Amino acid sequence: MREALIIKNRLPLIIVSAVIFAAAILIHSSIAWLGLVLFIASYLIAGGNVLYKAVRNILHGKVFDENFLMTIATIGALCIGKYTEAVAVMLFYQVGELFQSYAVAKSRKSISELMDIRPDHANVKRGENIITVDPSEVEIGETIIIKVGEKVPLDGEVIDGTSSIDTSALTGESVPREVSAGNEVLSGCINLNGVLTVKVIKGFEESTVSKILDLVENASSKKSKSENFITKFARVYTPIVVVIALALAVVPTLILPDAVFADWLYRALTFLVVSCPCALVISIPLSFFGGLGGASRRGILIKGSNYLEALAKTEIMVFDKTGTLTEGVFNVQKIHSVSITEDELLELATYAENFSTHPISMSLKRCYEKDIDSSQVENVKEIAGHGITADVKGRAVAVGNSKLMDELGVSHLSDEILGTTLHVAVDGEYAGYIIISDRLKSDATEAVTKLKSKHVKKIAMLTGDSEFVGTRIARQLSIDEVYAELLPADKVEKVEELMKQKSAKGVLTFVGDGINDAPVLARADIGVAMGGMGSDAAIEAADVVIMTDEPSKLVDAITISKRTLKIVYQNIAFALTVKLAVLILAALGVANMWEAIFADVGVTIIAILNSFRALWVGNSVNSELSSAVPSPESMEVG
Amino acid sequence: MSILEKNDLVIIMKKSYMLDGLDCANCAAKMEKAINNLEEVKTATVNFMTAKLTIEADGDYDDLISKVEKVIRKIEPDVKIRKA
Repeated sequence: MREALIIKNRLPLIIVSAVIFAAAILIHSSIAWLGLVLFIASYLIAGGNVLYKAVRNILHGKVFDENFLMTIATIGALCIGKYTEAVAVMLFYQVGELFQSYAVAKSRKSISELMDIRPDHANVKRGENIITVDPSEVEIGETIIIKVGEKVPLDGEVIDGTSSIDTSALTGESVPREVSAGNEVLSGCINLNGVLTVKVIKGFEESTVSKILDLVENASSKKSKSENFITKFARVYTPIVVVIALALAVVPTLILPDAVFADWLYRALTFLVVSCPCALVISIPLSFFGGLGGASRRGILIKGSNYLEALAKTEIMVFDKTGTLTEGVFNVQKIHSVSITEDELLELATYAENFSTHPISMSLKRCYEKDIDSSQVENVKEIAGHGITADVKGRAVAVGNSKLMDELGVSHLSDEILGTTLHVAVDGEYAGYIIISDRLKSDATEAVTKLKSKHVKKIAMLTGDSEFVGTRIARQLSIDEVYAELLPADKVEKVEELMKQKSAKGVLTFVGDGINDAPVLARADIGVAMGGMGSDAAIEAADVVIMTDEPSKLVDAITISKRTLKIVYQNIAFALTVKLAVLILAALGVANMWEAIFADVGVTIIAILNSFRALWVGNSVNSELSSAVPSPESMEVG
Repeated sequence: MSILEKNDLVIIMKKSYMLDGLDCANCAAKMEKAINNLEEVKTATVNFMTAKLTIEADGDYDDLISKVEKVIRKIEPDVKIRKA
């Protein structure tokens, strides 16, 4: 690691320089010439590389280079006999630089530790042999063996063995999950206590672990507004300070009759010491980086600093119902037939829905239990928001909601029941209905209540379900507004309508499970996809991915966002105030170079230390949420 | 490397590079601005924390990269660019 090398190389130089500097201060009053030699020696030891860079950069024509400005300030100070200050500026400047390198290295390391979830091998069974290969060489359908303590290399389904697996790297959930034959395991989890035989269902590139790594590695490329502001500010700050310094050195001596040039030059040099905007420029990305890292450790993957920043400003939060507030696991509650037998009704409906991946189809299959002969299903047509029509065993079957029945001109029973009603028509005749219902997630109520306490002004819910079901659930969760019976396309329209209601600076956050709602995720200010790595399109379109199924994670996300922003604003305010105060005092001749050193190095160090608190925000959220579990490893700094 | 297709007409390439030895946040900001000023570059971002440079541009990357290298060398000669 290069940063480590810098620290290793620079630290001894700083220490040697500091020792000589101390000796110089002691000796200077008695043996002046020796003191001076020691001052210059410690100055050169500490600042050698700054002087080198200054010369090199000025040859490139970079006037506002920090190395160059530091060199001017210190050489100027030496020339007017301020030896102690000159060496101190250089020495502390180096200490500040060293600290910055250390802080950045530490933060970068915390992310590479997160990258530790990358599995490095897979034990694949080929023929009679078990060979160890790179996970990317394993193909879908192959069998792999996962030993105790190993990472799950690829997503797969357990075919033999039982074990508990640690999913904390993916979900932030520290309670191990029990798995046995038939369960799905995700890559990146750690197998804790039993050997598992797993059939691979996804290639390495498509596996959960690859997707997460890709998301984390590419996060924070989108910059926050604060960061852009500071970058712009830094661009003008240095030139302005330098110009004022120049004016301070020249103008007063020309105008004021009793002005002493050396005195004004000293003030000007003091300005140059404060001319670097480093503290601000470094502490802001560092804070956001910490916040993003803290969030990932809690299973909340945020795609950029801008989204982390915007989350705190959420005014309107819109939830999709199914799979987001409810579990999205449907179960057949009731079968009511009017013309054929109940078994026949279920069979025809299940066959028609055979090719659908919708949760409803899954629940029918679970209830039907028997194998499906898919050769008997033809002409399947899926009508979004309505249902499915298909020819099953030579009969025209239509399965869907009341809209589908209306469209087909089939009279049907009304569906004023809590749950989803699937009407079935066979050969144009109404055959009966199947009721499938879903359950609220256990933390849905808590999530809505807490979001309101986080100053989210309006919480709305969108659903394709009936008005009746929608209103019931909304009332149960105390959701402010509900829009029911929406087609996927209607959802985009509704979100656009709601976006008009927010204030100019407010943010609309949409939360969906990623099935059918990619356009809405893309349209909202912030799109949150929930329930992990369900749909690729959703992960692509979403700005935030929540790995677990808990809507309460949104409360965490907003909390982390608010804390990170608080730290960022503290740093901006603190650094600007101190710098400005020292500049004014220096211009007036009140502040000397020591204060300037503090305004430069001291402020940088304090701002960096403060930004480190952002790394911990992910952990400190725990104390606030009763349902939360402690993160397995806390960040250690310093 | 990924390809973003827009309206099936314009194909914009997006490539990422690592900037080894990037340890000055202000320099990162300066680089980003300078690289964005290159004619061929549509957008470029320098992510200081991950030391990653992402460039979106159309056209010949080999040619572009030598220009980018020059820009970087001028701002911070110690930084080396390499493929991510």
